[in-house]
Amino acid sequence: MALLQAEGVTVSVDNRPLLTDVCLDVDVGELVCVIGPNGAGKSTLLRALCGESAMETGRVHFKGESLASLPARKRARQLAVLPQSNPLSFAFTGLELVALSRTPHSTGTERDRIICLEAMAALDVCHLSGRLYPTLSGGEQQRLQLARVMAQIWRAEDGGDRLLLLDEPATSLDIAHQYEMMRAVRDFARSGVAVVMTVHDLAHASGYSDRILALKHGRSMAYGCPETVLTAENMQQLYGYSVTVVPHPVTGKSLVVADV
Amino acid sequence: MTIARVKALNLAWWVLPAGLTMSFVVAVAVGAVYLSPSQVVSALSGQGEGGLAKDIVQAIRLPRALLAAGVGAVLAICGAMLQGLFRNPLADPSLIGVTAGASLGACLAILLGAEVAGGFGSLPVVSISAFFSGLLAVTLVYRVAKSINGTSVATMLLMGIAVTALSASLIGLMEYFADNDTLRRMSLWLMGGLDAASYPRAFLILAVLCGLLASLPGFGSSLNVLLLGESQARHLGVDVERVKTSLIVLVAAGVGTSVAVAGSIAFVGLVVPHIVRLWVGPDHRQLLPLSALAGASLLLVSDTLARTIIAPVEIPVGLITALIGVPFFISLLRKNRGSL
Repeated sequence: MALLQAEGVTVSVDNRPLLTDVCLDVDVGELVCVIGPNGAGKSTLLRALCGESAMETGRVHFKGESLASLPARKRARQLAVLPQSNPLSFAFTGLELVALSRTPHSTGTERDRIICLEAMAALDVCHLSGRLYPTLSGGEQQRLQLARVMAQIWRAEDGGDRLLLLDEPATSLDIAHQYEMMRAVRDFARSGVAVVMTVHDLAHASGYSDRILALKHGRSMAYGCPETVLTAENMQQLYGYSVTVVPHPVTGKSLVVADV
Repeated sequence: MTIARVKALNLAWWVLPAGLTMSFVVAVAVGAVYLSPSQVVSALSGQGEGGLAKDIVQAIRLPRALLAAGVGAVLAICGAMLQGLFRNPLADPSLIGVTAGASLGACLAILLGAEVAGGFGSLPVVSISAFFSGLLAVTLVYRVAKSINGTSVATMLLMGIAVTALSASLIGLMEYFADNDTLRRMSLWLMGGLDAASYPRAFLILAVLCGLLASLPGFGSSLNVLLLGESQARHLGVDVERVKTSLIVLVAAGVGTSVAVAGSIAFVGLVVPHIVRLWVGPDHRQLLPLSALAGASLLLVSDTLARTIIAPVEIPVGLITALIGVPFFISLLRKNRGSL
């Protein structure tokens, strides 16, 4: 049985359906990307998975149980969520910000510090540990926040099976850091974490995910491995824009190129 | 934690307690009759011969210094807590209407309870009433001003104006209908200030301060996480609703009591946590107790100045704190223009 199982997830706000009958399952070690046009319901899906948005119908099971039934601190040691925007106007240093992630743990300051530094190294933000958060660039802030949510569930022995939900973590990163970040997230998934993330760049989804869920108007349009989802026909239908799919010259994975 | 932060913290934990001790001794020593530090110490410790020095210290200056220190510490803690709760460095009890709301409650208690309890017997009644109306004010402002991305500065300050205006008009209405005796008592209370210091008032605010200090260890790390936003705090295992409710109750108790014992004193809750935050960083586990020390020192110094600058005339201490606070507030507003 998969770690996270979502069945028939339906969410409405003011009688306007945001998600209709979406299914998804993610196992430990897997990375699933959610793609779709603006307003397709990607963020709503993540909020429904972590229990923040109330579902009209449907079920989300974490290890066969409802997430809401877990005690808050235990839950926090197994589930970490990175929202799209993370406003913070207080001058924490980079390391202090990442260290906030260890609040639900009682593993001791020294161990917490090591974990924070490991997570920061994975995202290339060690040099920001002494800098003040509000003085950093948007991309640097984003990488620090990502290091924070990863440090929250960094080691299996602190929490058991773990789930990470990321909402567009690649926004405002430069191209090198985008790919470094994707690799870090995939390696993190391989270390025993189930990861669900929303992305806009289809090359990220194609290069790093195990499965892709394509959402359109709140409905699941395609779900499966990257090769079966990322076809020219699917993408034209999904985005309403004519595209060509070619193999990546180096990796051979599907590359979606817009027909100018 | 970086080395610079550790150094700043160590320094702050030396400087602020020393500063508080010094400003306390100076506040007791300086006044119409100047006392030497050794006279102050012997009068405070109750040793040596009695006489004038002992009477001045024990009857007049000691309760006043205790009251000033207590109110300063309480207001600074409340300011720091509000800024954490609102995730907004511009939150201050007097700016967002909590002080005005509490004053309304105090006046109501004086109007209705004047015959029931006279003199100092009315102090607890007034405090409790100030607490409940302060509670109403914070809850109202918080409900309206909060959004997913923290609280909007503009909404928060506008709500403060609205609550302050409402309280002022209701107080005006009460004054209109009050008889002469009650009116006099009410306006004396509204003027507030520390010159009505007495042991019951000092002990009341010190008791509330002890309550606040005792609650701090539970809130430090929750407040830190709350700065990331309510949903992130929830994902980090914090019981957000419980923390928010407790903070609102604590702030209302602190501000309500300080209004009841010393009237409205503006800007302490804004300036003090800010300076401390610039110095040692935003970690609430350090910020809250250090703000208490700095707030107590600030109000002691301000009150000593207020008593002595143009002695024998006493300036209300609120004028001094406003003189320090307003330029500071304007500079913060200029810095935060982007978020308005």
